[in-house]
Order: sequence, then structure tokens, then C-alpha cells
Amino acid sequence: MAWRDADIPSLQRRAKRRRRLGRVGLYTSAILFSFFAVFPFSWALISMFKQSSDLYVKDNNPFWFNLAPTLEHLRLLFVETNYLTFIRNSFVVGLAVTLITLTLALPLAYALARLRLRWGERMGIAIFLVYLIPPTLLFIPMTRVINTLGLQESLWSLIVVYPTITIPISSWLLMGFFKGIPMDIEEQAMVDGQSRIGAIARVVLPLMFPGIVAVVVFAFTLSAHEFIYALAFNKSSAVKTIATGVPTELVRGDVFFWQSLQAAVIIVAIPIALVFNAFLDRFIKGFTMGAVKG
Amino acid sequence: MTSSTLTRDRYLADNPKFLAGLFMSPALIYIIALVGFPFVLAIIYAFTDISTGNPELNFVGFDTFRRVLDDPVFRKALWNTFWFATLANLVVVVLATALAEVLTRDFRGKWLVRFLVLLPWVAPVSLATITWLWTLDSIFSPIDWVLRQFGLITENMYWLGRPQLAMWSIVIVQAWRIVPLAAVIVMAGLVAIPDEINDAVAVDGAGTWRRMFQVTIPLLAPIIAVAVLFGVILSISDMSLVYVLTRGGPTHSTQVLSTWAFIKGIEGGALGQGAAVALFLLPVLVGITAVVLRLARRREVL
Amino acid sequence: MAVVEVRGLTKHFGDVIAVDGVDLRSEEGEFLVLLGPSGCGKTTLLRMIAGLEQPTDGEILLGGENVIGLPPRARRVAMVFQSYALYPHMTVANNIAFPLRSQGMPAAERGPKVKWAAELFGIERLLDRRPRQLSGGERQRVALARALVREPSVFLLDEPLSNLDAKLRAAARDDLMEFQRRIGITTIYVTHDQVEAMGMGDRIAVMNQGKVRQLGTPEDVYHNPSDVFVAQFIGSPPMNLLETPEFLYGFRPEQLLPEGIASGEADRMSLTFHVNRVEYLGSERYLYGHIRGHDETKVIAMLPATVSLPIEVDRDHKFSVAHSQLRFFERRDRGETIPAQPL
Repeated sequence: MAWRDADIPSLQRRAKRRRRLGRVGLYTSAILFSFFAVFPFSWALISMFKQSSDLYVKDNNPFWFNLAPTLEHLRLLFVETNYLTFIRNSFVVGLAVTLITLTLALPLAYALARLRLRWGERMGIAIFLVYLIPPTLLFIPMTRVINTLGLQESLWSLIVVYPTITIPISSWLLMGFFKGIPMDIEEQAMVDGQSRIGAIARVVLPLMFPGIVAVVVFAFTLSAHEFIYALAFNKSSAVKTIATGVPTELVRGDVFFWQSLQAAVIIVAIPIALVFNAFLDRFIKGFTMGAVKG
Repeated sequence: MTSSTLTRDRYLADNPKFLAGLFMSPALIYIIALVGFPFVLAIIYAFTDISTGNPELNFVGFDTFRRVLDDPVFRKALWNTFWFATLANLVVVVLATALAEVLTRDFRGKWLVRFLVLLPWVAPVSLATITWLWTLDSIFSPIDWVLRQFGLITENMYWLGRPQLAMWSIVIVQAWRIVPLAAVIVMAGLVAIPDEINDAVAVDGAGTWRRMFQVTIPLLAPIIAVAVLFGVILSISDMSLVYVLTRGGPTHSTQVLSTWAFIKGIEGGALGQGAAVALFLLPVLVGITAVVLRLARRREVL
Repeated sequence: MAVVEVRGLTKHFGDVIAVDGVDLRSEEGEFLVLLGPSGCGKTTLLRMIAGLEQPTDGEILLGGENVIGLPPRARRVAMVFQSYALYPHMTVANNIAFPLRSQGMPAAERGPKVKWAAELFGIERLLDRRPRQLSGGERQRVALARALVREPSVFLLDEPLSNLDAKLRAAARDDLMEFQRRIGITTIYVTHDQVEAMGMGDRIAVMNQGKVRQLGTPEDVYHNPSDVFVAQFIGSPPMNLLETPEFLYGFRPEQLLPEGIASGEADRMSLTFHVNRVEYLGSERYLYGHIRGHDETKVIAMLPATVSLPIEVDRDHKFSVAHSQLRFFERRDRGETIPAQPL
């Protein structure tokens, strides 16, 4: 239709309607997604404060506190179980694994990113492939290795084995970050009187801070999440991590201490989620750099 | 013609060859020792009848493999591994792309939405699974309660107690967990689409749907492939979800390779059989990786 | 003893020959420019002198000593990169102090030196700022201060003015020149901009495809180019080159004048210049056209404003060039000047 004949007001009305529908659609989707994501957690959040005589009645409204909420299950969790030990263990393992990973992956990533190696590209792919070999494949012989080394039933078993998971992916991630730092600065430092190692230490590493943070987050995340190695190596309660301790310890025979179980989940999950959200943007930057550069 | 270099040994801290060796060997030795060696060992175990009761390496040829393959549970586990991963990730692709679109827009309460939506991924697997274990409880599931209130059912659904339902429950929980990660990956891809393309599409007059299907999704294809790849690897490599939710039950109907390997090898003590079962993960992983990577490379647009 | 000398310096990158047997000697305190198009090897040559690349063959002598195999920190040269490479996580003061710290100089000695270097370039008030807070010109001065704070014997610069916008560039060039003259430090300066080279260099090494085509003063390379490449690279617009069956001959645009304007017609060669287009730029006029008899070759003449003779377009005009100004080259581009000959 010719422009002059166009019914501008009605077109404008249609456009505004479409935009409003679009906003409505956006908010609806956001709400639906949020609901679906948080639903089991919110149920856990409610359950953990419910008295057993309220919760374990089939026809009671589960979303309502028919009897007053109670902190009894939290007390049970903290006082009568090894929950705090589990948290401490995960933390200690996370710290140790972070240190080992940074010590080994930083140089590896630098070498792959900077030093002109003939097989540099192929190495990068090989490392990624190693990452593809899952613990679920290696756990049986790994258990034997750990037993031979006498590390079973201790946190050392995890501290020694977790870097096999963190190093490949950290190297990949750090490689991307290294490539983002211009060569100029390193060369300037060398001309200014540093050896190559000195240039790396004084000038490159300070600029790698976001990448290092990403590795720290990743290592701690792993030590809180990892299940199969933790379950296979450590069966005694004192050395379990959050991931294996919570599902196994709060069950006596066939009886599940549901409220304490749910509390255990919520108390750990929320802080982790808060930390993660705080670092999300930095993480995306490093990931896309790694993905694009290969 | 290769380039030769003239160097003096005195300044080791600058010598690229020396540095390369120094920087790379610790990590490589570590990985070779603690991944390469157990990997080889896993293969060796599968050809022996080694068990915790009989920890000697007696080579039995393909005997262990035959025992494993003859077991109907194994066949079910193999099928389930493949099937769960595929179904869950199909759901993931659709939901994650939609979620990514939502998260790249601005709206009120975005931080809260992002926080909630990331929870399934950020919470440790076994812990998140426990919340589902309770939510899908045979007697006290709130879902059942709501359905009973609306008169849609009279008897509880036994989400984890009936084989068919249990399988679907696992697929849903699997997808629920992976959608946030996939959405973050796709978001990275969306952000990478140059603004000029969106502007050109707007000027050309395409509506939201057409834009999504004819421009955004084709441009996103390689990134979606990466997300699928990660999702599949995660589904297949993870053992805790199925283990905590059903232990592979009821009656092994939800068994997957990873849980079956664990139950056979560690709980049952039959290390050789466990290793053999676990080895089947490798071709599945390699196969899917190869397929997805090839698809992604062919559609290299950006 | 030359401050910097290279002999037979060669660098291969796989099959690519980046630098091909270069010989060069710098004079003490001179401003030596390495000039050439991108890919000619000038930057690679500079980097080899600095120690950032290892040569495939040849020698590099700094102060008479062979430095092959020594890393940059052992050569004690100063270098400024195109991007200035300021350390983003350090203040300006720490940037400037960095070379001194790397030498192990104690803090008490560093302070005065940093101050001295900063004052040299007028950036004392910037000492507490970070690089991201500085303008382009300020960053350049910080880079220079950092380079010179330890009073090196050689100063290497890799196209440091390319990142500045045109207005700043002239002023920065001026500053740089004045300062180099004052300090008297031997400087090697890489650029692809022949105007910069001509304006700044005591001597210019014109490079192409890894070889030095000509090393000489600006007058040398302008008036007596050693081959066709130098002839056409130097000068803007480039030298006009006309072909005959035996050789090529050339003359600069300002040397092509209307007949009768220049004195001494007897020593001049007559040419018929067909003018297609005239550009009037105020201080001069550019005439675009071709010479009769060489109709495919574009020829440019430059008339200063003082020559007000009207030139009509699409017509032949009588022009001439002094015999002494003609330059002759062999046809295969490896020319040498042979004495002027009447045609």
C-alpha cells in the first residue's frame, strides 16, 4: 500500500499491542521458568521447618504450617550429625585442589597460549579430550590406585584425584585468558630488564586475576559437587564431603530424616548460588574466549 | 626450510624450549599418571576376573565381557544411558534457548529470576536430587496432594516407584538440572550476535518469531551444539542423579551404565565386570561428541 | 665503534624470508629510520636488535659486542612499541620505575630518577594516575619516560606515532625530535610513513622484501634513489617513471615544468604533456595526465602557486625537465643510476 494511504494510527495501535503482548509474554516466561526451577527447593524450604506430626500426615495441606514451624530439625542437623564436618571437608579439599590446579594449569596454559609450539593446537584438543574421560569410567581402577597408595578413607584421596578433572578444563579456560593479554606488554617487560619468567610473574599474572578467580570458583564447585570418587574412596563419616555425606548420613536404616535432609540442602545451596551469581559475568567472558580460540 | 636459532645456555629463564618443558611437564605428567594409567588399567581389568575377593589379575579373555553383555540389566542400562541423555537434552535445547532469550532482555526483578533459575545447576547434584527425592515421595509428594485436591487422581502417582514414571522422572530432573548451564552457554552466543544483524532484521521488518527462526537460531547453531555437547557429556557422565533418586530401580528399570558399573564394581565387588560396564561409556561419549562437533563445524556461520 | 651494527642478518620464518642478509651500521647519536611498506622486514629487524627474535644467521653487535643469544634484558636497549605497552595495573610512576626495579636499583635511588624522567617529558603531575586515565599523547610520553629512565645507549621505536590522530602526530613528532637532539641518544625508528621518515631521519634505510634498498640521508634517497622501488616509495606523489625499450627514466613531479618557466632551456628535455585533470590545492597545483609517446603511463606534475600560468584541461602542453634532474634505471627494477644521456 502506498505510504500516504497507510492508516498510521491503527498501525501504531497494533504495534503497541504487539509490544505489550511481548512484555506480557516475557514476564510470563520469566515467572514460569523461575517457578519450575525453584519448585523443589521451595518445597524443601517449607518442609525443613515443619513438625513431623504436621508433615507426615498425608492429607494435610503441605504448603501451610498447620502446626507452628520448628527449628528442631536444624538442631538435629547441626548437633547430632557430622554436617559441619562435611562442610569443612569440602572446603579443605576445595582449597587444596585450587592450589594444586593453579600451580599446574597456569604454566601449562601459558605454554600453550604463548610459546610457539608446533603441536600446540593438537595439545589443546588432546587436553579437551582428556576432560571427556569421565570419573564414571575411571573410578574402579582409580579406587585400586588410591588403595595402593594408602590414601583411602582420607581427604587426600580426593585432593590427589580431583585435579585430574580441574586441570584440563582450567588449562583450557586460562588459555583463553592468556591469549587476551597482548604480547606487547610481556615483551616490553623483557626489554625493560625482566627475564621471561619475571615478565610473566610481574606483568602477566596480575592481569590474569579474572581467570584465576574462575578457576577458584570451579575448583570449589567441584569439591562440593563431585560424587562418585567421594563415594568410592571414603566410606567413613568423618571424611565425607557435602555431596556424599548428606545423602548417606541422614538415613538410619529405612528412616529418612527428611526435614533435616532438606535443611542440609538449603543451607549449602543458597550461599553457593549467591557466590556464583556474583561471578557469573566474569565466568562468561572466560568461557567464550576459550570456546572461540579453541 | 626450518628456522634455526642461535642461543646461549646461560640465560635459561629466557630459553623458550626450556620454559616450554618446565611449564608443561608437571601438568602433563600428573594427567598421564592419574588419568592415562587408570584408563589403561580399566581396559586391563575388563579382560580379567578381578574382584575384591580375588584381587589377582587373571586374564580371561572376553569372558568378563560376555558375562556383562549377557546380563539383561546391562542391556537396559545401555539403552537407558542413551535414551535419557537424548530425551533430556532435546528438552534442554528448547527450554534453554527460550530462557536465554528471556535472560538477555531487561526487566524488573531480573537478578532474582537469574538467581532462581541458576539454582538447579549451582546446587551440588546429589543435594538437588535429594529435594526431588522428597518432592516425588510416594506418600507425601506435594504434587500428588495438589492433583488429589483437584480431583485428577485418587491414588498417588508413585513417581519413582513405577518403572515408566521413574524413567520420565529421571529425564525431567536431568533436564531441570542442565537447562541453566545450557542457557548460560546460549546466552554467550546470543550476546555475540553483532548488533548490526539485529538492526538489519528490524529494518527489514521481520517480526519476533520470524527473527527467531530464520536468523537467531541458525546463527546460534554452533553455540547450541556446544551446549548440547556439554549437556550430553554431563548426562552420561553423571552417576549421582540416578543413584540418589532410584538406585537404578525399581527393579533395575532406571539403571544406567554409570550406576550399574558402581553397583557391580564397588558395591558388588566384581571389579572386572564393573570396569567392563564402565568402558562402554567411551564409545557412547566419543560417538556423540564426534556427531555434534561435525554438525557444529558444518554450520560454522560466524 | 658503532653503537649498533648488524652484519648479514637474516631471519626465516619457515619458508618466508623476512630479513635477507642486512648490513647496517649506525652512527653515534644519529636518528636512523627504517622505512618500508608492511612486510618489508623493518619491524623484524628491530625486534632482532632488541632480542625479541632470534636471527637465523648473521651478527648483531651492540657497542662492538656480539649479542646473539642474549635475551633482551642483557642487551640494555630501550624500546617503545606501537601500542606503548604501558602496564595497566601500575601507576605511571611505577611504570617508569619498572626498568629500574628490574635492574635491582634500590628505592631511594629510583625516586629521583623517576622524577627526572617525568620532568623531561612534562608528566610530573600524572605520576599517580593509571594508564587508562591518560590520553594518547600522555601515554606516549609515559612510554618515552619509561624507556629513557635508565639512560640506555640505544633507543628503539616501533611506529610510535601511528596510534595518534593526525593533529597530535605533528606535535608529537616535534617533541620527539627535539628531545632526541637534546639527549643525543642513538635512535632506530621504524615507520612506513615516508613523510615521517624524511622529516625525522638523519639517515634513512629504505627496505623492501627483507633487504635494505638504500641507506642514505633524506637528500640522497630523494634525489638519487638507487632503484625504482626507492624512487617510487619516497616522495608524494611518487616519481614519474617512463619506459623506453632500453631503460626507464624518471623525474619528480615538481621537476616537470611548463616550457619557458625554468631558465636554461638548452639543458632541458622537452616533453609534450597532455593534461587530463587539474587539482587546485591552494599552495600548489597537481596536473594529472600523460606524456605523448608514453600514453599508458600516468604522469603527475606539481606546479607551485607562484607559477600562475593557466593550464587548460584536455590539451597538450609543452613541458620540460632539466637533464641533470633525470634519473635512469635498468628495466628489470634493479636499477643503478647511469649518467644522464640525451635521448
